[in-house]
Amino acid sequence: MAVTQATAAPSAIGSGLVSALSTIAVTLVVMAAGLAASIVLAVLAYALIMAILPDSKLLGAVIVMFLGVAACFGYFWSANKLLDTFYPARGANIAANLTKANAIRPWLFLGPAIIVLGLYLVYPVFNSVVLSFHGPTGQEWVGTYNYRWLAQDPAFRESMRNNILWLIVVPAAATFFGLIAAALTDRIAWGNIAKSLIFMPMAISFVGASVIWKFIYDYRPEGAEQIGLLNAIVTAFGGAPQAWLTVPFWNNFFLMVVLIWIQTGFAMVILSAALRGIPEETIEAAVIDGASPFQIFYKIKVPQIWGTIAVVWTTITILVLKVFDIVLAMTNGQWGTQVLANYMFDWMFRGLDFGRASTIALVIMIMVVPIMIWNIREVRKDVR
Amino acid sequence: MSTGVGARPALTWAVHLSVLFLVAVWTTPTLGILVSSFRDKDQIVVSGWWTSFFPTEQNIVARAAPPEEAVEQDGQWVITGNVFEGGSGTVSAFGTSIQRPKEFEPGTTAETRDGQTITVQKNGDYVITYPEQPEGRRGERLFVTTLEPPKFTLANYNTVLFSEGIGQSFINTLTVTIPATVIPILIAAYAAYALSWMRFPGRALLLATVVGLLVVPLQMALIPLLRLYNGVGIGKSFIGIWLAHTGFGLPLAIYLLRNYIAGLPREIIESARVDGATDFDIFRKIILPLSFPALASFAIFQFLWVWNDLLVATVFLGNNEEQLVLTGRLRELLGSRGGNWEILSTSAFVAIVVPIIVFFALQRYLVRGLLAGSVKGG
Amino acid sequence: MAGVLMKDIRKSYGATEVIHGIDLEIHSGEFVVFVGPSGCGKSTLLRMIAGLETITSGEMYIGDQLVNDIPPSQRGIAMVFQSYALYPHMSVYDNMAFGMRIAKRPKAEIDKRVREAAEILRLTPYLDRLPKALSGGQRQRVAIGRAIVRDPKVFLFDEPLSNLDAALRVATRIEIAKLKESMPQSTMVYVTHDQVEAMTLANRIVVLSAGRIEQVGTPIELYERPANLFVAQFIGSPAMNVQRARIDKTGEKTTIVLGSRKADLPIPSPADLAGAEVHFGVRPEDLTIATNGNGLIDGRVNIVESLGEVTNVYLDVENAPEPIIVKLPGVQRFNRGEIISLSAEPGKMHLFNEQGRSLLYL
Repeated sequence: MAVTQATAAPSAIGSGLVSALSTIAVTLVVMAAGLAASIVLAVLAYALIMAILPDSKLLGAVIVMFLGVAACFGYFWSANKLLDTFYPARGANIAANLTKANAIRPWLFLGPAIIVLGLYLVYPVFNSVVLSFHGPTGQEWVGTYNYRWLAQDPAFRESMRNNILWLIVVPAAATFFGLIAAALTDRIAWGNIAKSLIFMPMAISFVGASVIWKFIYDYRPEGAEQIGLLNAIVTAFGGAPQAWLTVPFWNNFFLMVVLIWIQTGFAMVILSAALRGIPEETIEAAVIDGASPFQIFYKIKVPQIWGTIAVVWTTITILVLKVFDIVLAMTNGQWGTQVLANYMFDWMFRGLDFGRASTIALVIMIMVVPIMIWNIREVRKDVR
Repeated sequence: MSTGVGARPALTWAVHLSVLFLVAVWTTPTLGILVSSFRDKDQIVVSGWWTSFFPTEQNIVARAAPPEEAVEQDGQWVITGNVFEGGSGTVSAFGTSIQRPKEFEPGTTAETRDGQTITVQKNGDYVITYPEQPEGRRGERLFVTTLEPPKFTLANYNTVLFSEGIGQSFINTLTVTIPATVIPILIAAYAAYALSWMRFPGRALLLATVVGLLVVPLQMALIPLLRLYNGVGIGKSFIGIWLAHTGFGLPLAIYLLRNYIAGLPREIIESARVDGATDFDIFRKIILPLSFPALASFAIFQFLWVWNDLLVATVFLGNNEEQLVLTGRLRELLGSRGGNWEILSTSAFVAIVVPIIVFFALQRYLVRGLLAGSVKGG
Repeated sequence: MAGVLMKDIRKSYGATEVIHGIDLEIHSGEFVVFVGPSGCGKSTLLRMIAGLETITSGEMYIGDQLVNDIPPSQRGIAMVFQSYALYPHMSVYDNMAFGMRIAKRPKAEIDKRVREAAEILRLTPYLDRLPKALSGGQRQRVAIGRAIVRDPKVFLFDEPLSNLDAALRVATRIEIAKLKESMPQSTMVYVTHDQVEAMTLANRIVVLSAGRIEQVGTPIELYERPANLFVAQFIGSPAMNVQRARIDKTGEKTTIVLGSRKADLPIPSPADLAGAEVHFGVRPEDLTIATNGNGLIDGRVNIVESLGEVTNVYLDVENAPEPIIVKLPGVQRFNRGEIISLSAEPGKMHLFNEQGRSLLYL
């Protein structure tokens, strides 16, 4: 800044443009050089190690892992080193050099992130829009055909209906149970252990959880010994065993239970922190005012953590929109349990129709957009 | 929390019991899988896992020795043997017809219409007598109810790890997970530092973009990336999936780390600058060590996410023996071995054991990360 | 060593200018304190010397070197921050050695310098500790040690005592005074909002307000001959009493009319001020009780604050919006509502024109 002002001359705009362009050029050169250097080194090292060492799959994997990480670090190191060599913070031009280096360095730090984000998240959004107007292979233009097809597709309607059910039930139930668990565990000595155990399903994959719950829902014909817990309980009370996952409509809820089971711990942890953050004085004031424990909970505590409840709710909502593994592993969308994410996967891999699959993906995206906008607004409020 | 003066004990008990109930409901499903994975594969299918700690009643059909082995004794033809055929067990009842398998107490003698007598002892020894020399090739059927002691075994693990391919999948998952956890941390930490402590045009816009990308559904990215990968030629490769996981994990990583790094005291960073540290030095020597809690939080997130991921692995890695990850293998087993609960439960447990260990060991950081990532405007 | 020279230094954030052209010379070996209310720009100015804030316009020299675009580490300065800014993950030793390690100095030299500094500051037993294992005072000594180790031309202190409790503040203040004594060539610039720190430590004080210098001078100069109302009321506690007055006679001496009384002050005034409204100021400690009932100001006792060593009496004065405060030595007893008459030595009285400038500096 100071430098450009000092040389304010008629040609300031022209020279400003030139200097901006040269800054961008140097940035790109340094980034590319850093990246190239680290990749070349990593590949060379890999070849060398592989030539020396005996062929072993496990060892190979370990070396690839190591070199992958090393190459990544190598980029930052070498790009930074190069920049310091280009514009040394010494000598006669120190001021100019520093100004330039300081203009470039943030981009070196951000470079990989911007490239990866752009390639893996931004580009696909636009590409999906384009693909949704194309046929199965993404080659031929079909106009709005995919959208028209979607509008009258019964399976899509079923998926939408189920997704909406999921969107209503899962966040509500998980938040509710989470709130109850948080409120209760905070009052007892072994609350932390209880919390750990309720929180634990968070660590289990959706597929793993599906296996676990499929075992609970296991069905044997009437008269045989039931090894699924649910049917065992039902028969113990004199009911008839059911193949739960095939019961129309209600089977959706049996799938939702899995996600509720996983997410309750998340809700509990967040809400418990929020509950503990409530100023103790407000509770003590309510105690002195003669409120019962239940009144304190519903009239003093819950209203003070509405914000956090909303955050938990939206977080789970986003997750629900993307739910896929559970349905795929437990019913694969049969018996009326299809959801959007799995339906999209179906068209992608079984239907091999990239156009239709992209269109379904866009529907999921559109459902997320309001949350996205809300998030961005919240953060902009935060960051001055 | 303090209970204060006049807390009601009944309420306290109700709280304890409710929590106990919640904990039971939340842990029982996992416990079922864990217990089943150690059970004998024949027992899994005949009795619920919750009965496995007690001896189980089991109906077995034993076939006595063939008639030609009968020996004459005191004018009768006698066949002796043991229903367990070399094994051991306790007979709680026996019968001679399938309709009434529990008709007789062990030690008593059953008489059939044609004058045979059958005695089965507690230890399984049987004696069958015939008035005349029996004929036929096949032995008498004996319906025995036994009390099996609880039997636990590691056999399922042996099967699953070495012949069902879970071992290989375990290594594959590890190969995917470690770099897919470390690389985004490195990239995100640099970006988060730049977004927190360096001045450049477009900073606010970039941050807003990152927040927006937080919620972009993965499904959006699959097809475009698959096409791109196939075009470039890194489809079905580990590099491809590392980068994919890096991309998908990056918004959260940058967001979490930026929140943390921006909260570090400004004066410490200025002090380092006065001490002559460059941005690169500051990052390595001050920011990285001080951000350890945030780095750990994200590392756990990403580790759990990648380890547990099915979708990205299915799309970007092959379905072959060499590349199938645990979740993929588990899903395949659910399809092909749907009824073999000994294999399913054991595989499931192998798949979830590492994340569960990580979870319990590093729960503190996970919670911290969750709080940092979620409690916004709360 | 080196001094600091500022020529028309300005600082803007976007369109808002916060420093409006500072010209100041700090001599080599001087201890200069920037003092002013919060938001006056004193810290910004210090950070501009350090290079932590860019200079929007003007020239800043440290020694003979123009440092506008020189990075902090190459300006030959060291800075002690209000929050100590110790690196929490490094031991005391590593904290002090960090800068020299960055500069890749030889190990032996680093060790020698760190140990010397630790010795001066009595930190030797704590060298291996982490900052969190130290008390607040010790932490601040480490921060000072870190500055000493750099052997800077200019020491910069940014409110270094504000995070300490009252007793430690006094002890550390004395420590800093001793440090300065032991390093007579070092230039030190110190920012504070506490006038006691400013008065006790400084060779010269720079009083700042709203991004401008109000006055520069020795502590006694500022106390005895404040250049304007702001300085007059900022230095000294309780603040100087100010009353409206009118000039009656100008010349070598000035006669003013204060209420119904007249007073001759040994302050010269230009003829054009005859009849002008002025501000008359007198410090609470310079007021005495006029025993002959012939004082300058009469007031009605409202509140009496007995502090033991002194007694502050708040008096309501007719036609004056603010009460007059009198600071009397020892314990004194008054009844509420009692009317007392106050006088002061003519030499201890101050006059400021309508714009608030002292008549001494017109």
